Amino acid sequence: MIHTSSAALAFRAAFPLTLPVLTGFVFLGVAYGVLMQSIGLGAGWTFLVSFLVFAGSMQYVALTFFTAAFNPLYALAVTLMVNARHIFYGLSMLEKIRDAGPLKPYIIFALCDETFSIITSAEIPEGVDRGWFMFFVALLNRWYWIIGTVCGVLVGNLLSFDTRGLDFTLTALFVVIFLNQWDKPSNRPSALIGVGCSLACLLLFGPEWFILPAMAFILGVFALSGSKPAGGDV
Amino acid sequence: MATLTAPQLLITILVIAGGTVLTRALPFWVFPPSRQAPAFIKRLQFLLPSAVIGLLVVYCLRYIDLTAGSRGLPELLAIAVIVALHLWRRNALLSISAGTIVYMLLIQHVF
Repeated sequence: MIHTSSAALAFRAAFPLTLPVLTGFVFLGVAYGVLMQSIGLGAGWTFLVSFLVFAGSMQYVALTFFTAAFNPLYALAVTLMVNARHIFYGLSMLEKIRDAGPLKPYIIFALCDETFSIITSAEIPEGVDRGWFMFFVALLNRWYWIIGTVCGVLVGNLLSFDTRGLDFTLTALFVVIFLNQWDKPSNRPSALIGVGCSLACLLLFGPEWFILPAMAFILGVFALSGSKPAGGDV
Repeated sequence: MATLTAPQLLITILVIAGGTVLTRALPFWVFPPSRQAPAFIKRLQFLLPSAVIGLLVVYCLRYIDLTAGSRGLPELLAIAVIVALHLWRRNALLSISAGTIVYMLLIQHVF
């Protein structure tokens, strides 16, 4: 059964791990809010998009839909392509998500890059409920983004210090998680396959189109590699 | 400026939200706990996480142009700082903050 005290314990374990996401999301969120305001969409619309969609890069792409001719089919096609990487997160978490019980639908609904990376790499301390832990990572990250974007609409123009480059905290977060994974020798073949296939596809297909081919390439290499590499108990 | 009417805007947002939920939920629908997932899919759960983080690192750096501008040097130097600091102190928040500050200083004042 789930108890309130185990939720508090999980919150204390989850919160520090989300701090880099707080920085990155507030910055990127504010920048997004400023853009929404610049096309004449206020706090209400911004809240609605962030609340319902909650996918940073997709929301940036969506700005172009809002300022073009009405074309929901095209919007759907682009959404599926930009967000296809989420499918890998789900495939990686089929077993892990079972620990979440009734919290499962929310975690799936809020499964962004950063939440997946933290959940999949965190060494959850002994005695901390895994379901609540995953839930709080998802919840906190989601609300950092929603609040950040709405703040961008309301106060974005008041920002006076030079924030250029602050969004690098998300890149830094992924690099650190990569290093933590790398620590475990059994993870290294997969990590190299991930980077190698992605770089190759980036060179071949360019920055806008490389994700889908990279995913296919990674799956292909894993399928052909048989039982090797062994992989870790991530 | 936004060109869509309010109902068109709402439909567009709902379509994007629906598409996004689909990409997040699809694997869980296709392989529910009640159904035995194929061996390859089971194996992917061990292989994919490290590979996906590698993909995400490349994804974050996808717009670097090695032939123009700063040629990716600020990113390279900031990542070098992160790697060195992380191998030395093993403190995630320290590595992330230091890397970000180095990157901001580099793109604002050096490049």
